[in-house]
Amino acid sequence: MPIPIEDLWSLVPEFWLAALGLLLVLLDLFLPGDRKRLVGWAAVVGLLLVLMPILGMLGTPARTVFFNTYAVDGFAVFFKIIAVVATILVILSTMDALRGHTSFEGEMYVLLTFAALGVCLMAASADLILLALSIEFVSLSSYVMAGYFKSDLRSNEAGIKYFLFGAASSAVMIYGFSILYGLTGETNLYAIADRVRTAPQPALVLAVGMALAGLGFKVSMVPFHQWTPDVYEGAPTPVAAFLAVASKAAGFAALVRFLMVAIEPGPVDWVAPIAGLSAVSMTLGNLLALPQRNIKRMLAYSSISHAGFLLMGVAAHRGDFGAPGLLIYLLAYTFTNLGAFFVAIAVGGRLGSDEIPSYAGLAQRSAGLAAVMALFMLSLTGIPPTGGFLGKFYIFGAAVNNGLLWLAVVAVINSVVALYYYVNVIRVMYLLPAPSGGSASGPVPLRLALGVAALGTLVIGIFPQPFVTLVGAAAMLLRM
Amino acid sequence: MERYLLTITVFLPLLGGLIILLIPKGRDELMKWVAAAAAGLAFLVSLWLLGPFEMGSAGMQLQERYLWIPGIGINYHLGVDGLSLPLLIMTALLSLLSVVYSWRIEMRLKEYLFLFLLLETGTLGVFVALDFFLFFVFWEITLVPMYLLIGIWGGPRREYAAIKFFLYTLVGSLAMLLAIMLLYFNAEPRTFGILELIQQQPLARVPALAALAFWGFFLSFAIKVPMWPFHTWLPDAHVEAPTAGSVILAAVLLKMGTYGFVRISLPMLPETFKLFAFPIAILALIGIIYGALVAMAQTDLKKLVAYSSVNHMGYVMLGVSAAAAAVGVPEKAHAATIALNGAVFEMIAHGIITGALFLIVGVIYDYRAHTRGVAEFGGLGARLPLYTGVTMMAMLASLGLPGLMGFVAEFLIFVGSFGVFPELTALAVTGVIFSAAMFLWTIQRIFLGPLNPKWAELPDLDRREVISLAPLAALMLAFGVYPRPLLDMINVAMTSLVAVLR
Repeated sequence: MPIPIEDLWSLVPEFWLAALGLLLVLLDLFLPGDRKRLVGWAAVVGLLLVLMPILGMLGTPARTVFFNTYAVDGFAVFFKIIAVVATILVILSTMDALRGHTSFEGEMYVLLTFAALGVCLMAASADLILLALSIEFVSLSSYVMAGYFKSDLRSNEAGIKYFLFGAASSAVMIYGFSILYGLTGETNLYAIADRVRTAPQPALVLAVGMALAGLGFKVSMVPFHQWTPDVYEGAPTPVAAFLAVASKAAGFAALVRFLMVAIEPGPVDWVAPIAGLSAVSMTLGNLLALPQRNIKRMLAYSSISHAGFLLMGVAAHRGDFGAPGLLIYLLAYTFTNLGAFFVAIAVGGRLGSDEIPSYAGLAQRSAGLAAVMALFMLSLTGIPPTGGFLGKFYIFGAAVNNGLLWLAVVAVINSVVALYYYVNVIRVMYLLPAPSGGSASGPVPLRLALGVAALGTLVIGIFPQPFVTLVGAAAMLLRM
Repeated sequence: MERYLLTITVFLPLLGGLIILLIPKGRDELMKWVAAAAAGLAFLVSLWLLGPFEMGSAGMQLQERYLWIPGIGINYHLGVDGLSLPLLIMTALLSLLSVVYSWRIEMRLKEYLFLFLLLETGTLGVFVALDFFLFFVFWEITLVPMYLLIGIWGGPRREYAAIKFFLYTLVGSLAMLLAIMLLYFNAEPRTFGILELIQQQPLARVPALAALAFWGFFLSFAIKVPMWPFHTWLPDAHVEAPTAGSVILAAVLLKMGTYGFVRISLPMLPETFKLFAFPIAILALIGIIYGALVAMAQTDLKKLVAYSSVNHMGYVMLGVSAAAAAVGVPEKAHAATIALNGAVFEMIAHGIITGALFLIVGVIYDYRAHTRGVAEFGGLGARLPLYTGVTMMAMLASLGLPGLMGFVAEFLIFVGSFGVFPELTALAVTGVIFSAAMFLWTIQRIFLGPLNPKWAELPDLDRREVISLAPLAALMLAFGVYPRPLLDMINVAMTSLVAVLR
């Protein structure tokens, strides 16, 4: 069966990313050691260019290509935008962060580009096999990046830990996929949706549960979250930022498509367990974030807790606030959390410490850096007028709308708990006196990335209508 | 121009704050003048509102309405009526006076002024927002600057007080957010517009959800007021905050809570409020008595004023809950109107009087004696005649001396709520005795008796302090003797509110 030519046209972004990655490998090969930075800039330019075909797909009718294995719809486009933008920002932030730790700078940009491709594939996969493959694709790039500092034991630990956890949960997930295939005789999500009604219950529950293990690992959902703090702490900070944002977004894309397309028509009640896991994730993540002294570990536990909030959006997916809320939360979280990690890069690079107490008096040493960090912390808490608030507003609304008031109350309590450790960072920066020591402002690319993250956080909070339209379109297409 | 007056009033302070951020370090005088100009202009524009404002008409006036997030029915909607306009002007005035008072702040001046002006924009916005989303945004925007004002420029236990304030208020706000969502999702068509929701009464037929929504709003407003037993953040925050912060906290932020009860709880969920009016009145009564008694036991002047706030806000809540209990009873409508008039008048009166009291405490503590212990003074009356005069006036106004503003407010509240809750009101009147005793005893300990030789060299009020205190003293007297202009304005709004409830 020949592949129709239009199908190839809808894959331009993916081809572009793959070609870009290969081109960067070549470029890295021929550039002398002190000019590897150019690989990074080439990656940024290439990624900016790929945004054009992606944005061009906005508003085109939803369809599947390649024998129904690959979805081309607003939902996928939305996640591709997140993937590419996040990767651009992470590459900008990487440019100074690797110096002194490793001489392999160029390869990092290559890996990030390939990981971005993997995220795009994950978001668009409409077939269990392609889904499993793309998850592995993202994972393999991430394992290498997490253990990137070969001489640093913590980074090694991060890489190995991430690999072991990832391999195990992938195995469980693929086993779940195979049971699902056995029950329905299909690997295509849309085809499964037609057959899942008649699938025998207990086996189906088992299959869905096992699939959740793999996807839950990617999004740091409790109880598959244990790797998160160690990996975030040990991995190079830009990599931690990528894992916390792009990799998590991809996990949610796959989770949402899997549950809402394939499983939703079936007899399995997945809303209640997801709601339960949401409550457990946000609570556990928050409680463990409270005593953290290391900013990266704190952000890791906060990322577990945010996974809980996002799962609340998955559980409350019906209505105008559900799925759009999940997407807008993810969008705001992308900018906010990237920004928080970028500040950690800037401070860590200058002060050589990721401990929160070393942020003391940052407001007087570098007012701008402290101000944007305060903005990010408030956005993570969900204080207006930030994007984080809009996300929470939507998700709370969705919970109320879907009759999950108990979950909304749990989320309220958790938001108050979360305030304590987020504001603690503000307290340290603004209320504590500065010890001696110079100012901590980052190099130009990092400052650029920080500026974009801060702007994104604010704009989503103050002028949300364009984003509301965007996620509205993305979530509508998902439902068909 | 007239169409944008409210927006200009609300955002002028923020604009000033942003300009201050651009001023290079070291230009302290310039920064202060920009802050004073921004706050001053905001006050002038708020006064200008009185021109186009039609006193006799009850509806929302000077409305501004633009699409903000049309995708989910959120508008940028502002408007004022006889309830919000006095609060708006009072907020602008007290913010201006606080900026003037803060002239001597040196530590981290740029941040201080920026946060102060941001806080002003937030508080002004709360009183004019007519869309729940916008209301919530303004409501929350006040938290961060207040947290930092207490946390950076506060007293010895500032960190504790600041985070306690933040946590308490956030619990309430998020409960309110859920209540807003309950209203929104039960409305048809869905809207966040406060006026539209009041008209629709979306929860009127689902009493269980109405009760949930009511308690969501209640938690938020009661913490802000603060009603007993949610008041424990207040003494800490008031005592640790810098003087100007205490002024705004007591005069403006507490009013956000009572304003919420009158603007939202009462018209939005009248039947539910009526159902719970009695227990709420009991809480108000406890606040009245408890506040006065605990204030009497204080030796720290700031704490004393803080607890007297618990007492006064109890009066306001007694009036509001009396009005709520009268919902649907036409023969009690008159009493309800009087009680509400008194409650709103007390909001303004308490703002002006307590604002003045905190400035007065600041005068003696910040730049003179550096102590607030009531027992450590004595005989200051002969030494500081001007200061003594202003203080006695404010304290007498606070205890409800006829001829001053506090009396009018308390009298109206008692008259109104006596028609609804005679027994509770009779008990509440004893609160006046306690607070009278408390303030008179305080006056005696500070100003009468032999002069403590330690304070023999204290200078009297300087010009800047006179500028910040004189307008408040004048208003206390003016509205005490001739409350009519203010009362007329409030009365139109409250009469129409009660008419809607009937």
